[in-house]
Parts: sequence; C-alpha cells; structure tokens
Amino acid sequence: MEYPLRTQCQRVQKQVVVNGEKERVSLLFMKALVSRGSVDAVFQQMASHPQYLESFLRAQHYILHMDGPLPLPYRHYIAIMAAARHHCHYLVYLHSAHFLRVGGDPLWLQGLEAAPPRLRLLAHINKVLAHQPWLTACSHIQTLLKSGEQCWSLAELVQAVVILAHCHALCSFVYGCDADSDFVPRTKTPNGTPPTFCPFDAANGNTNVPQSLATPSEHKTRRRSLDSSCDMVCLKERIQKSQEEREKREERLLQTQTLQQTDMEEEEEIICFADPSGFITDPDFCYEEFARSEEDHFQVFRVQDYSWEDHGFSLVNRLYSDIGHLLDDRFRSVSTLPSLHSSDLKRAIWNYIHCVLGIRYDDYDYGEVNQLLERDLKLYIKAVACFPDATKTPVCPLSWALLKTSERIHVNLLIMEARLQAELLYALRAITQYMIA
Amino acid sequence: MEKMSRVTTALSSNAISGRTMFCHLDAPANAISVCRDATQVVVAGRNIFKIYALEEEQFVEKLNLRVGRKPSLNFSCADVMWHQMEENLLATAATNGAVVTWNLGKPSRNKQEQLFTEHKRTVNKVCFHPTEVYMLLSGSQDGFMKCFDLRKKESVSTFSVIQISRNTPLFSYIPDDLFHTLFLGQSESVRDVQFSMKDYFTFAASFENGNVQLWDIRRPDRYERMFTAHTGPVFCCDWHPDDRGWLATGGRDKMVKVWDMTTNRAKEIYCVQTIASVARVKWRPERKYHLATCSMMVDHNIYVWDIRRPFIPFATFEEHKDVTTGIVWRHQHDPHFLLSGSKDSTLYQHMFKDATRPVDKANPEGLCFGLFGDLAFAAKESLISSDISRKPYPGGDRRYPIFFFKKPDPTEQFAHVSSALSVFETDLDSNRMDWFVKTAQLYLLSGKPFAELCDHNAKVAKELKRPQVSTTWTMLRIMFSDPANLTAPGTNHNLSKLGTLPLMNSFNMKEMGTGMGTESRLERSKGESRQDNIHLEPGNLHISNNNEENEETEGSEGQAEYMFGDAELDDDDLYSMEHDNQTEEQEYTLPQEAFQLRHEIVDNPSAPEHLQQDKADSPHVSGNEAEVTCLTPIESFSLISISQPLFSPHLPASFFCPIVREMLSYYAEQGDVQMAISVLIVLGDRIRKEIDDLTQEHWYMSYIDLLQRFELWNVSNEVIKLSTCSAITCLNQTSTTLHINCSNCKRPMSNKGWICDRCHQCASVCAVCHHVVKGLFVWCQGCSHGGHLEHIMNWLKSSPHCPAGCGHLCEYT
Repeated sequence: MEYPLRTQCQRVQKQVVVNGEKERVSLLFMKALVSRGSVDAVFQQMASHPQYLESFLRAQHYILHMDGPLPLPYRHYIAIMAAARHHCHYLVYLHSAHFLRVGGDPLWLQGLEAAPPRLRLLAHINKVLAHQPWLTACSHIQTLLKSGEQCWSLAELVQAVVILAHCHALCSFVYGCDADSDFVPRTKTPNGTPPTFCPFDAANGNTNVPQSLATPSEHKTRRRSLDSSCDMVCLKERIQKSQEEREKREERLLQTQTLQQTDMEEEEEIICFADPSGFITDPDFCYEEFARSEEDHFQVFRVQDYSWEDHGFSLVNRLYSDIGHLLDDRFRSVSTLPSLHSSDLKRAIWNYIHCVLGIRYDDYDYGEVNQLLERDLKLYIKAVACFPDATKTPVCPLSWALLKTSERIHVNLLIMEARLQAELLYALRAITQYMIA
Repeated sequence: MEKMSRVTTALSSNAISGRTMFCHLDAPANAISVCRDATQVVVAGRNIFKIYALEEEQFVEKLNLRVGRKPSLNFSCADVMWHQMEENLLATAATNGAVVTWNLGKPSRNKQEQLFTEHKRTVNKVCFHPTEVYMLLSGSQDGFMKCFDLRKKESVSTFSVIQISRNTPLFSYIPDDLFHTLFLGQSESVRDVQFSMKDYFTFAASFENGNVQLWDIRRPDRYERMFTAHTGPVFCCDWHPDDRGWLATGGRDKMVKVWDMTTNRAKEIYCVQTIASVARVKWRPERKYHLATCSMMVDHNIYVWDIRRPFIPFATFEEHKDVTTGIVWRHQHDPHFLLSGSKDSTLYQHMFKDATRPVDKANPEGLCFGLFGDLAFAAKESLISSDISRKPYPGGDRRYPIFFFKKPDPTEQFAHVSSALSVFETDLDSNRMDWFVKTAQLYLLSGKPFAELCDHNAKVAKELKRPQVSTTWTMLRIMFSDPANLTAPGTNHNLSKLGTLPLMNSFNMKEMGTGMGTESRLERSKGESRQDNIHLEPGNLHISNNNEENEETEGSEGQAEYMFGDAELDDDDLYSMEHDNQTEEQEYTLPQEAFQLRHEIVDNPSAPEHLQQDKADSPHVSGNEAEVTCLTPIESFSLISISQPLFSPHLPASFFCPIVREMLSYYAEQGDVQMAISVLIVLGDRIRKEIDDLTQEHWYMSYIDLLQRFELWNVSNEVIKLSTCSAITCLNQTSTTLHINCSNCKRPMSNKGWICDRCHQCASVCAVCHHVVKGLFVWCQGCSHGGHLEHIMNWLKSSPHCPAGCGHLCEYT
C-alpha cells in the first residue's frame, strides 16, 4: 500500500521539477558566464542540484567579492592558504588567479613568508580548523585579536574564518567529486580533466620533486585545463544536450567570451607555479581520531548547547552582516534537496561527519549510523571529510556504482556543508568564549 | 473576583520579601521555573537539576533531582516547568527528545514519574495547562507538538507544523517513518508553545521559520490561525496575563512584537527593537505594558521594556556574565521580583528597585545644526529655566521654541523629561562659505607639473583675497620645485617682489625663453653672494668634463654641471625632464583603480590625453637633444637642488618637511582642512610619509564630507581618486549600484545580471561585437542601436550605416 503511493508521489514531484531545473541551470550558468567570464568546473558538478547551486554561488560571491571588512586580495590569499592545507591545487590556482586579478602583490604568492605578518598569524587557526577543529580555543582568538601592530579586528577575523571554513569544505567537495571520473568524461573533453587532477600531485610530498619541474609541457596543459576556455567547452556540451533551440545565441556568447578571455590567460600563466606547500606551516599536522580518551581533555561539543540556528547565526551575522542568512540558506537548501536518500540517511551522514569532528547530538541514536551507512560508505565519508588530500584518490564504496551521479554529488554536498558548519561552530564558539571572557 | 482574593491571600499570608541576591550553581542553567506560592525555584540545565528555596537572605538548595551515578540524557534539560496548580508536579523537556514528569511527593530518591519518548528530536518546550491538572503540551525540533494526558502512557493528540496532518484520513494509514520522509524533510522545529491564560482550549506555537500558529486543543487536524511574525526563528512567545488578546513574540531578528489576536487578522500593535536575538519574553505581572526579555547571544542583560517606549529599556539588570537563559517573575501578582538563571552558572533574584534605569543615564540634551547654519538646542527645562537672566524665547512670534511635554500618566513610571527647544539663527552673511566652494572648484590638484599647480592655486587664493594661503602656495613651490624649473621660480620670485609683472607670467616657460633664465640668474647672483657663484662655476665646468667621460653621473656635483649647463641648453630640455617626472607621477597614480573592470567604465578624457602628450613629447626630446639628457637618471634631479645657489647649498627638499607638516596641521586645526588636503595632494610623495596615515585619513574624511555637503560631487570624487589612503580610495567604490531595466521586456534586472531573468536576453548588447556592454554604452538616437563607445567610433569611421544592419545612417559627433 505504501510503496505505490510513495513512488507516485516522487514521480509527480520529479516531473514538475525536471523541466524547471534545466532552465534554471542553464540560466545560472549563463549568469555566471556573463558576469564572471567563466564557469567553474566545480559549479558544473553542483549543477545537478540547481537549487543548491544558486545559494552556493550567492554565498561564495558574497564572501569573496562583496562588501566586507577584508580587502579583496586578502580574501583570496586566505582562500589560497585554506586550500593549500589540503593540497588542493585546483583551488590554489583558481584563487591565485583571482588574487592577481584583484591587484594582489605577486610576491605574496611565493609563499607565506612573503605575505604580511597579519596573514601569517592566520596559519595556526587555519591548520587547526582544517584538521582538528575541536582544538580551536579561545586563546587562538585572543592571540589574533590582541592589540598590536598586526592585530585583527573581530569583524575581519570572522570573515577570515568564514573564508577558511568555506574553502576547507570546498576542498572536500573537490576531492570527493574527483572520485568519479565520469563526471567530466576525459575522452570527450581532453582539456577538461577533473579539477583536482594535477601532474604536481605525484610530486607533492614525496621524492620525485624534480619530475614536475622537468616537464614544463605538462604545466602548460594543466594550465589550459584551468582556464576558462575549456570550461566553456564542457559547458557548451552540457547546454547542447539540454536545449538545442538556444544553441545559437549561446555559442555566439561563448565565442565572444572566449575572445575576451585571452588576455586573462596570459595573466594566469605566471602564477601557476605557486606551490601549495608554501602557504602552510606544520605540514605534518593532520586529522586524528577524535578518540574517547580525548573527551576528557576536550569536552564533547553538544549541539544542544551551541547550535547554528540559535547561536552561530546570531554571532556571525552580527559581526559580518548578512552572511548568516546566506549560510543559513546553504544549510537549508542542502538538507531539503529532493533526492532518493531518505531524510534518515541524510541525517545519518550529517551527524556522522559531525561525530568524527567531535560534535554530538543529544537527540540522535548513533546506532542508526551503523544501520544506515555501510562500512565502505562510512570510510568514504570519513576520508572525504577528514582527509581531502588531493594527492590521493578516495576509495569509492561498492554501492557507489549503483547510485546516480546526482545522488553521489548530493552525498558530497552533504559532506561539504556538514564540515562547513562544524568548523564554523567551533570557530564561533571560540569567539563567543573570547567575547565573554 | 477570584483572582483578587487569591492575590490577597498570597500576598498577605506570605508577603514576599527579599533582596537582590544570587547563588552559584554547579553548571550552566538552561531554564528556571517557580512554584505557585513563590517559595521555591527549580533550575534545570544539561548538568543540573535542582530545587532551591527562596529565603529572605539567600537561596538554599532543597533538592537535587539529578540522581544516579551516571545520569542519562533524560536528565539533560532544555526546559522545565513547575505546575501552577499541583505543587509536587514538574515537567522537563530533555535534549534527547524525552518529555519527563517528576513527582516531588515520591518517597524514593528518584522522583521521575513518567517518561514520554515520542519525539524524535530535542524537545524545546513543555507547558502545563494553567488550569487543567493533567494536561501537558510539548513542542519539539522534529516539528510536532504533542499533548499528553498525564494519566495515560501516551500522547492524546499530535499537532504537526505542516498543514497536512497525520490525522487526515488520506494519510492516516501511512506509517510514521514514511510520513516523516515524505513531508517532514522541510519540517520546521517548534520553538515555543504556550497555553492561553484565558481561553481554555487555545494555545500558541512559534516556529523556526518565523511563523506563529494558534491551535485549538480539540482540533489536532489543523491550526486555527497562522501568521508570519518574524523573519527567522521565533524563539519565544507569551500570552498577556490579563489581556485576552495580546501575544508577545520574540525572534532571532532582534525584535519583540506584541500582537492583538482579537481581530480577524493578527495585528501587530507594538514592536520593540532590541540589540540581540530575543531568547525569552515574559510579561510583567500587574503592569499592563511591561515585559522582560533576555537574549540568546552576545548580550547578557535582562531588559524590562515599556512597550509604548520601544527605544529605551525601562529597566535593566546587568548582573550576569554570560547569556541569560531563563527569566521568570517570582510571583504571578508581584511585579517586584525577577528570577533569572544564566550560562554563567548563577541564579539571581533581582529586586526591581535595584534595577538600572537607562533613561536616567540617557542624555536629554540634543544639538543639531541646520542646513544654513542654524543651531537647534534642546535641553531639560529645569536647566534652561534656572537661567532666568536669559531671554527665553528670542522672536516669540515665531514658531519656535517648541515645548515638548509628555502627558503625565500615573501608570507610566518612566522619568518625565520635558525639554525646551531653542533655535539660534545665524546671520547668513557672516558665515559665508563662498570662498570654500570657489576654491574647491578652481584649485588644480593634478594633471600639471608641480610648480604650475602651485602657481595656479596661489593665483586662485589671491583672487579670493586670501593672501596667506596664496603666499603659502608660492612658498611651497619654491621649497619643493625641481631645479629644472629653477629659472621659473627664480624669475617669479624676483619679479613678484618687484611687482612689475603679474604672478602668472612665470607659468609659461616657452615664452620666457633663455633670456629670462639668464636674467633671473643675474638677478639672483646680485642678491646672493656673487663669490659663491664664481667659486662654483669652475668646479662645475671641471666636472662637466668628467661627465662626458663617465656617463654614470653620480653625486651632486655631477648634476651641478647640468644646472649650469642648462643655461646653454634649450628650454625643451627642461621640459623633457619635467615631463619625465610627470610620467613618473602618473604611473604612480594609475593603479588607484582597484578593479580591473572599472577601467572600461572610466572615461576620463583628460588623463589619457596627458599620457599621450607625454609619450609624444618624450621621444621627440630624446631624439633631439643631447644624449646626456636620456642617460641621466631622473632621480638625480632632486639632487641638483643641492647646488642650487638660491638656497643655502645643503638644503634638500626634505629639509622643509617638518615645517610643511606643521603648516598643514595648523591649517587643519584652523578649520581650513581644504588647504591641508590640497597641499597634501599637490605635494604628493614629497610630504606624505611625514604625516601619519590616521591624520591623513581624518583630514580626507573631513574635507570630503564638507565637499559633499556643498554638493561638490566632482571635486569630492577627484579628491577621493587622488588620495592615497586605502580607506579613502575605496569610498567611491561603495554604493555604486545602478538599477536597470531590461531593454527587451522592460522589467527590472536582478542585482548583478547581464542577463534578464524573465526573457533570458542579454541586456545592452554591442551591435559591433555582440557582446554585453559593461561600461559606456553609446547609442544612436535615430535607430536606438549602439554598443561599446570604441567599437561604434571605429565602425562609423569606416561605414556610415548602423552596425546593426538596420540601414539607418548613424552619425557620431
């Protein structure tokens, strides 16, 4: 009795949604194209969930380009620092290019030593938030805010923390999506290698460093894959498929856009040698199990005592106006995405990620996690959430193959947002404690 | 009548007394509640669940309900309520979703009576029915409200946030979990539930999405009424204890609203704006218009508001060190005692008489300048009337001064302030600022060589009869001029002394020619020690020989050759130096445009022209002139001044910096910030380092503010552009939003769209390149086609027809 009803409901829902969705995606892309000159490879993957994509784009645009206490080059530099923590070349390059475009000092891209001391001070909190957010303490905030030549203002710090958390989480997404090589078929678009694929990766962290230097031609191709023209190729294909009748106008648009972009490419050439490891300190610091033994030292974070809706939102919105609403929108839209996953499964994934990061829900029975999530899926989630290191590829769970692309992306989106919220909660709680002290 | 009798019994038999006092709890509190006779208070939190007796001087711990070696999460309370009829009955909402009732009459240590685990998520609120003993209502994060009959093991009815209720026949056969999956993905958590004080069957519920619903307890299938009260979560609501229709709600949007529910549509009758999200709201007993609020984040105080005066709290309690989580009036008919629990692990009893009254600290004086310099001043009447000698109302026939009296209201306890307002008019002519406007418009701040700028500005000042300013400009020019211009300042100086020629003559060096130069030199040598000159000359000649051998001219003497050499050289040579300098300066100023995009938009005809001139000039010079010109590094010019005989030979430009700095501060303090900023801009790098950034920023801000008040937008923008403070340069990049409509469907475009949301057309496409025009759009009035300014210009050079192919013969003039 229940099943026919269920499927019927979903079918109707789907039909309504599908028509609207294609329109929505193409419109979003067109907007992004026309206003930014490129469509990020990451956006393309998110495009299977246009409702989410919209709020994601809005939030990211606000954080990186709109009103805020931090100067634009600083924002991109902080993003670089955050992405470097996870060796995410794709984001490091992307933000390096943006950094230069908004007038950042190219010298800074040589590494953290070349950056102003104020930014260098962020390295510590960057490290902690990225790998063991539960270590974030009031004292870190105090160090950054204590008056002096290089001190941060509270508003600046909050924006910096939001950028850090956003980029760390995005690294997880980039890493997670890399697993599926059929997102962007390599055969079809030779230039459109998945964003995280990078010839540097092999060299990163182990012995054959010279190799990467010895193959300059590879850099060339890598760069090509980054620049907007190839994104455009992917985009074109997607749009072709979905709507032929709009083809002509679109193409005209793309071509002119590509022409315009040529001078941009030149600029990007310079920076691509920026090595992520230059932007971080203490590279060996990484995720450790939030073990029970540690619970004695670090009190378990109880959501009922400090939640996003009640506490985090008010604080972040007070110190960095409007960002609360944008982030709220992201969290909401990811949890309400229509999908095959039941809300129980979504909640299990969300709570599991928070659990491995030391955040507990009083009203959740963690036995459900083991019931709903298979072992390999758990391993995958944990790998993506805690070790999004671009130098490795995630092991996909067996059941993965059965899922639709959009479902997989949905899981990755959940991981990204859960991680974002966890980092924000820790950072904001530390700031609250600082303000009370 | 019954109420009255109860009051008297309560207050007479057991008259409440006490003082402001507090006690330390072991753990942060989440909620508190008092028993009916106001003698005991229960405190509940994650790690605390205790009952304290309220005694005269102190709190005394009566009972610890948190028992067991390792208490379960059922003891972790989000909310607690003491039954107002049954003294032994308490209910708590546990963070794990359980609803627990406690019976204090139980003989065992564990007083837990009943446990309801029907909610799937944290329960945010429990509420007993005010008159019905066995009725308990709970609201949970999972979007359900449940009504329990304490005599039964299960809930008697369930109320769901969303309209499709489980009780609808169509859905009644769907199992619970599937129902969740289908409909509760979007469920909104319940933040507060409150039984109405007067209507037996009614309760209000507030939700995370900003809605408030009214339910009839007998009809679980759908709500009676729903309205959106706040943007964002509504954390709390409270029925007025006396007035049937009033409901107060508080939300994350930092507002407390009072709704009149007696009308058809819920009507907002009062609104109080607080400074932080509102966690709890409680009407004050016996005071119709008073309510207490506390906040969830950042703000630790408890405020008591008179809702008719929404801008200033009536009273404030500032004792807590962390956010207040629970407030409750100690007795339901006594307005003088407030109890509060907080995250800082303290429990307070506040006496109303000990509250701070912000209104006492508020400044009742006001002062404001009018557009034309009139001054309005409002002050306490007592202050003004005490000054009897003063003639109170100048021009009594006029409308002012106006007295503001608040009608005395016996229930209103706000301190009465009546102010007298006086307006002082200024004589329009005495304070004319014409000179300011003229100066701002006429001053040149950039675009010409330094000396010319100084001279120009000096002339402007002189014409406006401001001799001191004029002289300052002249002196600045002399102090900081490049030696290449030496001839000019020399002449100028001497000539102006003689008064035979107008100041501006020296401007045009072309006219002046070499003759002038030599003349000036002669004059100068007359004035100065001739011997010096003679003494220097041979040396220089000597070095000039050296120079020819060694192209790397270094040191002052090397350049000295130059100086004397230029007597023989053409003026063009001097110009070339100057232009070089100028290009350098312009290169410096160019990166002010922070965003690349803006370059397209900037249409500043003067700047490019200058650049072109320079470019055209410099090759010409280097081709024509002696090679020395090109080879000499530009920096050497500042060094030349060292051997400048007009001054003592060892006075570099930096020597004057302290004086200039003082001079700038002097002007700024005199109120002539215009002068300070103009000099700062004209001198540019020469002086900038000497003045600290904050001061500069301050001056810039004041000047820009002044300019904008006089509506000198162009000048103010120029100043912003020329400033080097990052805080200033970004000023003209804020609020640059321009709202546009789609050219196709005439609907407004979304905030950052180049594409119309409705008709999916690109807006304003260039007819030549078919690309969106993001900067200047030139547009033919005949056929209304257009595009990028440059593209259209180029197109129309080669073709007389419209690029769109419409056949119109466009003209570009």
